[in-house]
Amino acid sequence: MSQDLNIKQSATDWWSKVKAGQVGALPALLGLFVLCIVFGTQSSVFLTPGNLANLLTQAAAVIVIAMGLVFVLLLGEIDLSAGYAAGVCGALLVIMITEMDYPWYLAFPISVLAGVLLGAVIGYLVAQLKIPSFVVTLATFLAFQGLLLLLVGEGGTIRIEDPVILAVENKNLSVSYSWIFFLLTAGAYLLSGLLKFRKRKKAGLVDNLFKLWVIKTFVLIAIGTLATWALTVERSNNPDLVSLRGIPYVVPVILVLLVGATFVLSRTSFGLHIYAVGGNAEAARRAGINVKMVRITAFMICTGFAAVAGMIFVSRANSISPTTGGSSTLLYAVGAAVIGGTSLFGGKGKVSDAILGGLVVAVIDNGMALLGYPAGIKFMVTGAVLLISATIDAVSRRGASTT
Amino acid sequence: MASPILSLKRVNKSFGPVHVLKDVDFSAYAGKVTALVGDNGAGKSTLIKCIAGIYTPETGEFIFEGNPVTISGPRDATALGIEIVYQDLALCDNLDIVHNMFLGREEISGITLNESSMESLAKKTLDGLTVRTVKSIRQKVASLSGGQRQTVAIARAVLWNSKVVILDEPTAALGVAQTEQVLKLVRQLADNGLAVIVISHNLNDVFQVADNIAAMYLGSMAAQVEKNSVTQNDVVRLITTGAQK
Repeated sequence: MSQDLNIKQSATDWWSKVKAGQVGALPALLGLFVLCIVFGTQSSVFLTPGNLANLLTQAAAVIVIAMGLVFVLLLGEIDLSAGYAAGVCGALLVIMITEMDYPWYLAFPISVLAGVLLGAVIGYLVAQLKIPSFVVTLATFLAFQGLLLLLVGEGGTIRIEDPVILAVENKNLSVSYSWIFFLLTAGAYLLSGLLKFRKRKKAGLVDNLFKLWVIKTFVLIAIGTLATWALTVERSNNPDLVSLRGIPYVVPVILVLLVGATFVLSRTSFGLHIYAVGGNAEAARRAGINVKMVRITAFMICTGFAAVAGMIFVSRANSISPTTGGSSTLLYAVGAAVIGGTSLFGGKGKVSDAILGGLVVAVIDNGMALLGYPAGIKFMVTGAVLLISATIDAVSRRGASTT
Repeated sequence: MASPILSLKRVNKSFGPVHVLKDVDFSAYAGKVTALVGDNGAGKSTLIKCIAGIYTPETGEFIFEGNPVTISGPRDATALGIEIVYQDLALCDNLDIVHNMFLGREEISGITLNESSMESLAKKTLDGLTVRTVKSIRQKVASLSGGQRQTVAIARAVLWNSKVVILDEPTAALGVAQTEQVLKLVRQLADNGLAVIVISHNLNDVFQVADNIAAMYLGSMAAQVEKNSVTQNDVVRLITTGAQK
């Protein structure tokens, strides 16, 4: 029973897991910690509440794309067009709201639906016609770029003034709502964890991860409290004129996506099937899993997430342009997922990895900009970090298979 | 001999011009291990794929528990209680033992996986197979040894109250100690009342574990005999020449 096993036992179990190649999020966590210390000591601005809020809103869109990409990466596939899919869906959203006068609550779901449909097309080509996803999404990458250009018009941008869409990246929860949000989240997390362990104990199953979970929960809640406090501090330069306090609206948006996607992946049979197809597609097929359907659905989820990211892009820039979701967006998103611990070989990874990795990418971007490094250096450092993560992934895979 | 749980009569199967199975008769008995031996290309794999519903034979009769049946797909075979353990085991390395055992047939409560119920049942099945070498049934299959993986694959096959379990070369990739362990397990399955069909190239294994031996030669069933009535040399002759004496 859980109470007989001490912390040392669960820590040992966990460490043997790490050694067996299941390093998971550990390197990304360490990396994030080191980066924060380095930038915090080098720059006086980096650890201020204002920059923290800035960091979250900067990272949001890439994180959301990366969360969707996790589904595709878990299959061992890739979606190179997710960045421009975000752009296309963002453009649809803006056009529907500004030119067709749709309300946001109609326009946003339609734009997400459009994303899901684009994903269905990609998924069909990959799963049914068996074209490598690299090639299919390279083609759709170009096609979506063209579509975005046609929708927005060459060189032009379309502004958006819908207050709800703009609020996502530009407004904050009030201080009291921030704390309520934090308490609700922490409470729900605690409750779901406790319920799970109680159910297992009832079924008479041995559990030596309970103590570790308690520690993890404690650390998470401590970090959450600190972050919520930092975000509720006044960060406006001129508080009398305009007050800037509270958790940015985009944080609860990401949290809802995280909870939903994590639930699907870890608690439903569909999620299990995604891992199975990524681990051994032939075994999954023989077990009676509809592998094609799993593949198509994963691509649909991926571009669906990209559509949400499109909305976040639009909200942040107050407009859509032909380069929204372009340039390094997709590469940062893939990098975020991989840095967080999602394997490019498929079968390994979590949606929370994308958030962790996205924060690492954003911290490098933000911290180096504050220190005055040119963009060239930033790209090179991000590339190096991605390479390190991919190396850890490949090496840990080898470690796992030689036991 | 008692009446067989599964018997095939005059089964024929061709791939284009190649006549792979020629009037093959084959029987498997509950509580017995039936070894299927034969040289490469003799038709062993084709025969078990016909039993498992992966191939459909052109002609021939299937009799299961005394009733004629038609198996036109893997699901039909599964529904009858016929499970097959492939040589490559078909396990997902990245999933744990429980998830591998229930893959494709997960237990669901509401919309979520019923993890505790699956874990208890998996544990019961593995305990029933007296497998004590696995540390935790929540560990990933990637971290298991060859013998343990074979055990998981076999446990998955017997989890569903199956009646016939077919093992394709279960010891081909294993060391001495692990082979011993798996053969013991095979014996135990039969002692538990299952009909076990084992394909093997290793006559030592066959003589150690089988109750009767079916030898195929160039697509025909050379003979299906009781182990105690033959010597290893007899079986070698059956495999290489198809001649009984």
